[in-house]
Amino acid sequence: MDNTESVITIKHLKFNRGERVIFKDINISIPKGKITAIMGPSGSGKTTLLKMIGGQLTPDSGEVLVSALSVHGRSRSALFAMRKKMGMLFQSGALFSDMSVFENVAFPLQVNTDLSALLIRDVVLMKLQAVGLRGASDLMPSELSGGMARRVALARAIALDPEIVMYDEPFAGQDPIGMGVLVTLIKKLNQALGHTSVIISHDIQETLSIADYICIIAGGEVVATGTAEQIRQSKSADVIQFINGYPDGPVAFDYPADNFMAQLKGITL
Amino acid sequence: MKNIESLLDGFAAIGRVSLDKLAGLGRATMVIAYALLVLPQPSTNISLTIKQLFNVGVKSLLIIVVSGLFIGMVLGLQGYTILVDFGSEEAVGQMVALSLVRELAPVVTALLFAGRAGSALTAEIGLMKATEQLASLEMIGVDPLRRIVAPRLWAGFISMPILSMIFAIVGVYGGALVSIEWLGVYSGSFWSVMQQSVDFYDDVLNGMIKAFVFGIAITWVAVYQGLESIPTSEGISQSTTRTVVYSSLMILALDFVLTALMFGDI
Repeated sequence: MDNTESVITIKHLKFNRGERVIFKDINISIPKGKITAIMGPSGSGKTTLLKMIGGQLTPDSGEVLVSALSVHGRSRSALFAMRKKMGMLFQSGALFSDMSVFENVAFPLQVNTDLSALLIRDVVLMKLQAVGLRGASDLMPSELSGGMARRVALARAIALDPEIVMYDEPFAGQDPIGMGVLVTLIKKLNQALGHTSVIISHDIQETLSIADYICIIAGGEVVATGTAEQIRQSKSADVIQFINGYPDGPVAFDYPADNFMAQLKGITL
Repeated sequence: MKNIESLLDGFAAIGRVSLDKLAGLGRATMVIAYALLVLPQPSTNISLTIKQLFNVGVKSLLIIVVSGLFIGMVLGLQGYTILVDFGSEEAVGQMVALSLVRELAPVVTALLFAGRAGSALTAEIGLMKATEQLASLEMIGVDPLRRIVAPRLWAGFISMPILSMIFAIVGVYGGALVSIEWLGVYSGSFWSVMQQSVDFYDDVLNGMIKAFVFGIAITWVAVYQGLESIPTSEGISQSTTRTVVYSSLMILALDFVLTALMFGDI
């Protein structure tokens, strides 16, 4: 990973939410033009990490560099300018409910470029064709299935041909067909457009099949990094539990509680 | 020792709550300052504001007109039954007009507006937050304060005085309907007494100023509660309730202050 130029660098990131420690000390380097997956159990702060890369959350300490510039040191306008080079696919799709499919994909182009309406129309149709939904351009988001909504959101995320595309749980809640379509789309788009992809996911097989690099976070730290093969060979207890889906291990099955017998006795007394 | 500890804990809790409230006030001020003053307003905002004027203003018309009519009618009826004992039922026009223009039109319109439009604003923005539409706007490079919040604030500021004026006009006609057509007050004296006693600057304009101030209070509370709502169904319902409660209380408190300043000779 070190040989390639990194487009996102996360250094000594620390973040607490109230009393809860989310990140103890996170260091990740995301290479340019590749698909990097950030994986980890639920609640390990994966979405929080994406929000920090996008500048929507500020860490307690440490820094996030995008294109060698600190995200959180920028002015409000510079931050919005940086985001124009990023596309993000939200877990829920986050389509604007008062706009049609076409208008949703056209929106980033209308607000961020000076392109003519005719040119915007052509670009939108091309993006929708890429995700296979050109025929659905007049539908409203409420008329789409979950999988279709996510594909429209993907078309919107790549509308401005961003340098970085971030995917927040792209496979969550998808049926096997939808999942297969998304896996293929993410891989193909990455190859065709040459952008840097960051995938947040806990769907092991799908993610390992397309990611060039994988980074597993657990307990507020990076527990493993490497290619899919290196991750599969890992001897780390965290990684073994996570990729095999064992119910108990470093991530305990039981939520911390008082002694069970003592509690039962307390009730019967 | 335990007593002292619990006392200190109590002080710490008061401190924490006060700091939270102050931070909230700071964030609310940032919202209004950024939305209206700091961020430039491109021409697209005009069309967005017109759309919001329709949503918060035009769609509130029905409830405002119907309420105005009934309140005017009740005022006419009550005024007549009191004034007729003194043989001065002609003054009912003055009573209806002054009560409406100075007090009832701005206050009742504002309370209805808080319930009808304020709650809708909070729920809409809260749901946009819950469905990640606000975060999505940010990531597209569009500031939600400019795109979502500013047009709604402007729409609220503009529509409240107009709605209040409509309320007062309909109310006066409601009063006239009852007094003249039903109770038989002489229409010439009804209108002429009203014309003599209602002053444009002292009464009408002050009433409009009240309505404008209430409009600021309601829309500010509504958008802030929407932005700060916890993105769950329960969180949004709590924020919507808070919008109606806080803005109603603010309207009544502000009304007292403004009335004292405008009509209290202090």
